[in-house]
Amino acid sequence: MLKTPLVILMLLWSCSLFAQEYYPKNDGVKTINSNYTAFTNAKIYITADQVIANGTLLIKDGKVVASGTQVSIPDNSTIIDIEGKSIYPSFIDMYSDFGVEKPKRQSGAGRSPQYNPTRTGYYWNDHVMPENKAIEKFKFDTKKAKEYLDAGFGVVNTHIQDGIVRGTGTLVALNTDAGNESIILDQNSAQYFSFRKSVTSRQSYPSSIMGSMALLRQLYIDSDWYAKGNSKTKDLSIEALNTNKGLVQIFGAGSRVNALRADKVGDEYGIQYVILGGGDEYERIDEIKATNASFIIPVDFRDAYEVDNVFLSESLALSDMRAWHQEPTNPKVLADNNITFAFTTHDLKSPKVFKAKLIKAIEYGLSKEKALEALTTVPAKLLQKSSELGHLNKGAYANFLITSGDVFDKKTTVYENWVQGKQTILNDMNIKDIRGDYEFSLAGETYKLSLKGELNKLKSEITSNNKKRGSKVSYMNDWLSIAMTTKDSIKQEFIRLVAYLSNGTNLNGKAKFPNGNEMTFFAKKVNDNANNDSSEKNKEDNTIETTFPVTYPNTAYGFKQLPKQETLLFKSATVWTNEAEGILEETDVLIKNGKISKIGKNLSDSNATVIDAKGKHLTSGIIDEHSHIAAASINESGQNSSAEVSIEDVIDNEDIDIYRNLAGGVTSIQILHGSANPIGGRSAIIKLKWGESAENLIFDDSPKFIKFALGENVKQSNWQSFERFPQTRMGVEQLYIDYFNRAKTYDALKKSGKPYRKDIEMEVLAQVLNKERFISCHSYVQSEINMLMKVAEQFNFKINTFTHILEGYKVADKMAEHGVGGSTFSDWWAYKYEVNDAIPYNAAIMHDAGVVVAINSDDGEMSRRLNQEAAKSVKYGGISEEDAWKFVTLNPAKLLHIDDRVGSIKVGKDADVVLWSDHPLSIYAKAEKTIIEGVTYFDLKRDEMMRNAIKTEKSKLINAMMQAKNKGLKTQPIKKKEKDQMHCDYIDHEQQH
Amino acid sequence: MKSLQTYIILLVLLAFGYSNAQQTPAPKQSETIAITGAKAHIGNGQVIDNSLIIFKDGILTNVLDATVARIDLSGMTVINASGKHIYPGFIIPNTTLGLVEIDAVRATDDDAELGSWNPHIRSLIAYNSESKVVESMRPNGVLLGQITPRGGHISGSSSVVQFDAWNWEDAVVKEDDGIHMNWPNSFSRGRWWLGEDPAMKANKNYEKQIKEIVDFFNETKAYARASNPIINLPYKATQGLFDGSKTLYIHVNDEKGIIDAVNFSKENQVERMVIVGGYHAYRVANLLKQNNIPVLLKRVHSRPSQTDDDYDLPFKTAKLLVDKGVLVALEGSGQMERMNARNLPFYAGTTVAYGLTKAQALELITLNTAKILGIDTNYGSLEEGKSATLFISEGDALDMRTNIISHAFIDGRQLSLETHQTKLWKRYSEKFKNQD
Repeated sequence: MLKTPLVILMLLWSCSLFAQEYYPKNDGVKTINSNYTAFTNAKIYITADQVIANGTLLIKDGKVVASGTQVSIPDNSTIIDIEGKSIYPSFIDMYSDFGVEKPKRQSGAGRSPQYNPTRTGYYWNDHVMPENKAIEKFKFDTKKAKEYLDAGFGVVNTHIQDGIVRGTGTLVALNTDAGNESIILDQNSAQYFSFRKSVTSRQSYPSSIMGSMALLRQLYIDSDWYAKGNSKTKDLSIEALNTNKGLVQIFGAGSRVNALRADKVGDEYGIQYVILGGGDEYERIDEIKATNASFIIPVDFRDAYEVDNVFLSESLALSDMRAWHQEPTNPKVLADNNITFAFTTHDLKSPKVFKAKLIKAIEYGLSKEKALEALTTVPAKLLQKSSELGHLNKGAYANFLITSGDVFDKKTTVYENWVQGKQTILNDMNIKDIRGDYEFSLAGETYKLSLKGELNKLKSEITSNNKKRGSKVSYMNDWLSIAMTTKDSIKQEFIRLVAYLSNGTNLNGKAKFPNGNEMTFFAKKVNDNANNDSSEKNKEDNTIETTFPVTYPNTAYGFKQLPKQETLLFKSATVWTNEAEGILEETDVLIKNGKISKIGKNLSDSNATVIDAKGKHLTSGIIDEHSHIAAASINESGQNSSAEVSIEDVIDNEDIDIYRNLAGGVTSIQILHGSANPIGGRSAIIKLKWGESAENLIFDDSPKFIKFALGENVKQSNWQSFERFPQTRMGVEQLYIDYFNRAKTYDALKKSGKPYRKDIEMEVLAQVLNKERFISCHSYVQSEINMLMKVAEQFNFKINTFTHILEGYKVADKMAEHGVGGSTFSDWWAYKYEVNDAIPYNAAIMHDAGVVVAINSDDGEMSRRLNQEAAKSVKYGGISEEDAWKFVTLNPAKLLHIDDRVGSIKVGKDADVVLWSDHPLSIYAKAEKTIIEGVTYFDLKRDEMMRNAIKTEKSKLINAMMQAKNKGLKTQPIKKKEKDQMHCDYIDHEQQH
Repeated sequence: MKSLQTYIILLVLLAFGYSNAQQTPAPKQSETIAITGAKAHIGNGQVIDNSLIIFKDGILTNVLDATVARIDLSGMTVINASGKHIYPGFIIPNTTLGLVEIDAVRATDDDAELGSWNPHIRSLIAYNSESKVVESMRPNGVLLGQITPRGGHISGSSSVVQFDAWNWEDAVVKEDDGIHMNWPNSFSRGRWWLGEDPAMKANKNYEKQIKEIVDFFNETKAYARASNPIINLPYKATQGLFDGSKTLYIHVNDEKGIIDAVNFSKENQVERMVIVGGYHAYRVANLLKQNNIPVLLKRVHSRPSQTDDDYDLPFKTAKLLVDKGVLVALEGSGQMERMNARNLPFYAGTTVAYGLTKAQALELITLNTAKILGIDTNYGSLEEGKSATLFISEGDALDMRTNIISHAFIDGRQLSLETHQTKLWKRYSEKFKNQD
């Protein structure tokens, strides 16, 4: 058997082979090594499902020549017998920024926003950089490479982690001994994307996730147009994007919801991304599966929270606590659902902690085969490098690990990590086990020495005359050194021992005393106790708690199972029909198949669940024309028009405000874009089906809407921004005229059948001109309200709704004539200069003038009391109760063009109803049941039960976290979950710089 | 013709007013007024279904059950209020009414001064008695307010005012009634604009910030012992806390903060202390009860502060506290607090849907508030000898639909119920009527 240093020497030799053969050689003769290295008697994992119990791995020139049981070993082979040990292919990390310097953040705090790009000759948006190449920034990072090698990785795929389109990545072998000529396996390994802007540019657009999505869509359209030779100008970004089209397209989504968004964009342009997930895929695995994407999965499972402090721990959200328990199941859930995934160390502080996390995933049910695949064959395949990476068949790179056993076992030692035939020793596999008890004498005293612990972290214990001596031991390359304190415990002096381990069991060497004298040292082994693993107490409690199932949504008040559609019969209710019948006393309503089936007296249905509604009021559900709950973004403020963005892209179906709105009797809402720009984004009109997927919340065949805005927000009056047009109401008019003129021209060209450059923004505005899309416009003062109606009339369409419309009462006659509706606040005013003349009588005056009036919220708090807000119209202006009630039900339904489905209790309409404890306009009323399409999404009694269940589950989790801490597991400080309150002027935090 | 035009213009001006000034404050009560037949909501939990209420020179002389009372009403101005309701004027504590006119216009913003230790900063002198927002309180029955500065560790001194006055001197009901302190938060948010995690994490500086408060109080007390001190305005302003002449209002919401604040006040011999906000006060209700510490409770119409909280927690907290015997009144600070202050009666109404009786709910905005602010000798309930600060409503004043006010009085003076908003309402209603 060869000594290790020799092997290294040999390897150095063979590596020189990799140097380009045409390089001149000035420091010696040119040599060629054609020798082989054979590893024999090993358990070889050629792949996860191809395991050889006792085989040979033959390598040469950094590649596998042969592997198996019948390998013939050429004469010129160095043979390394590793009997009892295992060989695995080294791991691959597809998502890394190894060796690429983190781009520097462009500072600019306090400066006015920047709207224009800083570059020319590239795409108009600085955050699109497909021309970037990781290889150009790449510098081998030896220190970081060591961390990866220690963690078992042999190859990483690195890229510049910055921007929305990030350019190409580079596939690197972690061969610490060779230059770029050998280690660069592919300099254009993949093209990378994300939703996050570059830190290197302050260009405002996009300022939201939906803006990033829109930008990518337009980019794909533009690149297609460019590829067909239609562009008269040069665009290096688009050229690079088109060049990179054949590569693997990797999207750094980083979370389940963003993965779905990325996949949606990709699907629209025939691109299937490989997606970096967030580790939360398990929460809605069906949706993840439906993407048909392959995933790169981080394993950054959170630590338990520090819950010792009773007060602070009260602030922990159930969803965060559950995640601690649920996240480690993610890989298993992905595997169970046959979703292709590779692991990454991304998100981890260091690859060092990777193994522990991986083992945790295995403890939570992931099979070891799947784990190995996710680290070898899967990433190799995703990178289109299956022939040479991820396995140990002939022709593959000689990238492999030598381990003491099962690589996924906590106690296994990884000895060596070979990359391209270059050996890195992590732990000496030839180390002699010297653990045990010894006795020795020195200068007339007898000592007992005990060596124990792990071999690479040996611990010593020395006693003399039953008194313990302080000691420290080091053991490397067969040399043992021990420093121990002398008898004199005050002086702090040391006797140093050194011994070389020759064959045999005893220790031979010398001792050096504090006074400089030397003596020979001989210790006799008296007890061979190699396996006295003192860390036995760490015995793992492998009983994994399984009582914290995923709910819909996976938060507090989530359902264990989605509630089902029922046949319901309300008996003897006071029914607010919103129809000609008016308010019916003592009336029954039957709900069947999600629809209002019958209204009348003495109804019966044998299948129905009967609800005694005597003394209670049944109404159609409240509809909020202007809401900003349940969305991840509200404003795309990066430009003065953002017609290309859509709130439908960013619905947040887990927002607790959905549930709270249900508790306030709300069943449908329009989520409007904010008011940051004159032309905002497209709306989402949704039903509050708590627990359903984001897509399922959206109305079937939803009417199309877009938000416009007027006033102080769009001219940026109330913050420091002086660059963006328009800065006055005068400019706002011209902006609209400009955009509509362009849209008109665009539409005419499109309809002419001539080639045209598709422009999403223009498409949307053309829909407005063609009366296929409605405008809901944020508005305050009469001058601008009047202006927009005139602009619309000029282009032969009508404004559908003025929202806020606080001075609507001043031009109510003109509004009625134009045919626009008004959706207003009940009584807000005085928060801005332009609401100085806002009056609570606004709704009444507009109503009396014949305008269809709604009362809206624009506020997650007010929206759950819209019945009260409607009732204020009775006080302010003397509106009848029936009409006031329509302000929050039938009228917003009309304004949203959904009144054929919702807004009243009428046979055939959707069964979106609310049972109130009292007169629905009364301050004393409470929603007891809120039902959408026959499904009870809120129920007062069930809410009570949920509260108790939340309390119980939290207590259990706290207990489990305390136990985890006592076991010595890592913990983290508490974070409090608080949701931002979103209004018209809300900007995504994540996208701000 | 010309004179007719002038006449019309003059009429219009008279009718709608042409200046931005508030309604002209009412003159002193000259005649004795008797209100008969109304359902009287006394404010102390009692109700008289058919009442006779008489006031003279601004003082309530009789509050009686009309079915038994026999009083000669001749010589009095009699208001027949049969079928109507009468209430003591509602009181909005901890408000910035009159300190800010339009949120977004910085020039109109006077609610927070520079610096952290500002007990000497007095809200009263900045109070704009002619604010258009203030006058909009009155048609909803909100007639008194505690005008409170914001910001810093100690924000400054509040004063209680009535809402029908020529100027702040005229308005004042109780000058410098108390000092307002913002208790340190147990959680602080990461500064995301510096690249920090924006999540709320335990405030590492909590202990340090509390020590700063303790140090300030120690200095204040040392200052008081000096025989001939050089005037230190902040220390001087703080002295009233130790003799009970001023109340210490500690703005704090979390459970531990409330406990710490209570202990702090006891240790520092603060005579009168009030918790303002008190989101978690219900968790320490017994402690508050034992120490006679009242709560000015955070706006009822607000969202639960944590995702997992009961959806109705802000609606029912008042009930949880009242049931434990804690003295509670409602406040409304927060976003859009000034314009929303007129919704105070509906905050109270909402607590009824979530457990309280109507009479209890009424106390939360009348007598309880008066007690906490120390003005209950004269205000907060319809009791003989107290100020005639009251209003007549067509119906239940805690419900939006029936909070329709025909008469309102402050100290017996009958106020105008017109506002900037009612003027615009009438102006444009008229415009459209004439177009028909």
